[in-house]
Amino acid sequence: MSADGNLPVVGADGLRGDLRLVADMIEAGSRVLDVGCGDGELLAHLAQHKGVDGRGMELSQSGVNACVRHGLSVIQGDADHDLKDYPSDSFDYVVLSQTLQATRQPRRVIEHLVRIGRRAIVSFPNFGHWRIRLRLLLNGRMPVTPVLAHAWYETPNIHLCTILDFIALCEELGVVIERSVTLDRSGLPYRLNPRGRLANLMAEQALFLLRRAGPAA
Amino acid sequence: MPSSPSDLAPSRSPPGAEAAARPGYRLVVEEPLALDCGISFGPYTIAYQTYGRLNAARSNAVLVCHALTGDQYVAEPHPVTGKPGWWETMVGAGKVLDTERYFLICANVLGGCMGSSGPMESDPATGKPWGLSFPVITVADMVRAQTRLIDHLGIETLFCVIGGSMGGMQVLQWAASYPERVFAAVPIATAARHSAQNIAFHEVGRQAIMADPDWCQGNYLERGVRPERGLAVARMAAHITYLSEQALHRKFGRNLQDRSALTYGFDADFQVENYLRHQGITFVERFDANSYLYITRACDYFDLAAEYGGALANAFRGTRTRFCSISFTSDWLYPTSENRAIVHALNAVAANVSFVEIATDKGHDAFLLDEPEFFATLRGFLDGCARHRGLETP
Repeated sequence: MSADGNLPVVGADGLRGDLRLVADMIEAGSRVLDVGCGDGELLAHLAQHKGVDGRGMELSQSGVNACVRHGLSVIQGDADHDLKDYPSDSFDYVVLSQTLQATRQPRRVIEHLVRIGRRAIVSFPNFGHWRIRLRLLLNGRMPVTPVLAHAWYETPNIHLCTILDFIALCEELGVVIERSVTLDRSGLPYRLNPRGRLANLMAEQALFLLRRAGPAA
Repeated sequence: MPSSPSDLAPSRSPPGAEAAARPGYRLVVEEPLALDCGISFGPYTIAYQTYGRLNAARSNAVLVCHALTGDQYVAEPHPVTGKPGWWETMVGAGKVLDTERYFLICANVLGGCMGSSGPMESDPATGKPWGLSFPVITVADMVRAQTRLIDHLGIETLFCVIGGSMGGMQVLQWAASYPERVFAAVPIATAARHSAQNIAFHEVGRQAIMADPDWCQGNYLERGVRPERGLAVARMAAHITYLSEQALHRKFGRNLQDRSALTYGFDADFQVENYLRHQGITFVERFDANSYLYITRACDYFDLAAEYGGALANAFRGTRTRFCSISFTSDWLYPTSENRAIVHALNAVAANVSFVEIATDKGHDAFLLDEPEFFATLRGFLDGCARHRGLETP
């Protein structure tokens, strides 16, 4: 369900840049649920290199079938409807990569992520990026960028937010941000304070490691 | 070929007549089986067939569970009809269920009519066919009987239990009742309970059989007749539920059968009529009417959640079995929603489950047909499980 699959740069091991950073956040041997797992790139990597017990959920039938064909445990489903079935604390990590902005109820989805997983890893495109702001300001048209490449009438990205918006929602939900990384369009990290106004202007994507309030499990 | 069920010759020998010549094995279990209906039943017979070889570790056994009108002849010519085995597309050397790699077992269900104990066999107490004095059996009873066969074969844990339709119900029952004996479970085009619509269609079939005067209150074998018209009509009605509207239309449309105009009568003017009549007639050659009553009843009684306090998830709590649930888009008999309910229950206990819905217009019967996406998905799932199980590649 990766709503915007055209992030071009891949790392030396063939993993998409932002997924490499996600993979680095995940401890070896843990249980991982990848929501919107696409063709299973991250799950396959985690199984092979980190001995992870991985599960996936994917909206597109072709994605699900590709995953199952490769021996991954993946079901057809979507973040809005199917997360409620999972029991609390059933995974060490729940990953939602480049999908939050395509959900109908991002707030509910985040609540489920931190309920189901001891940690949640969420990445999304930053709508506060200067290029987006400038296009809207100068052209007066809905911005189309390499990261958000759809016209307004056909975009699956119905709930876009800026990095500061996301941080505000986490505070409202009492969700603890353990780590945050801001990225350029190819998934390489910026050396900026991720919670600052500059990052909100410069970064094209952001990646957060979350957990629900209370002592770390 | 007779052109309508009423043309059937009632003198045809019953399907069990040439039993001695049938290929395969028979296990007689002396120890009685405690059936759900409360009866202690036994000794009883399980007729089964195997393909491939059991490895030294006894870790490569796959139990194939057949559907309502299937039998143990999965991958060889049927001993009565001579037609290819019902899952030859799936089972064989180099196929998805690879007989070079796996040891396949398929047993005729309890209540069946291809050699396992059922209403057509003789009651040892009377020497006469059981008929309606055969106890009503359930899917759980079928599975209980199968466990005795698996014990007999010296297999502790099955690598996989797989089946479609009623076979899928047996898969779910296996996974719920004997989770430690099932490494992987593949329920296909099935449901965790029979819906009102499912029961309704089965009731039409049973009523057709019981309305046939030759049914003789179930005692037809003693009278030397068989309710072939009733059974054929039951099959015709059921067969419609196995196909999708699109598939029927694509195959037959409103095409006429061997004629250029309507006859203004009740002959099989339309190809679809002729086709259904043919399905009915060929079915009665190989199937017993009382068996049809018993097995449809077993499906109707199936409600896995009810066995576990009303919550399907409880049936799978703590399971370590790897599941792959598969449905077909045009299957309206066991639609995707019913299969998805199983997946939701498995998710609720954080089970290891994959779920795919295969796009096809072939209806419920798609699980028996050549569907490349279905095969590719299943092959991937089984390969993944085989790696985890430590099975060598052939």
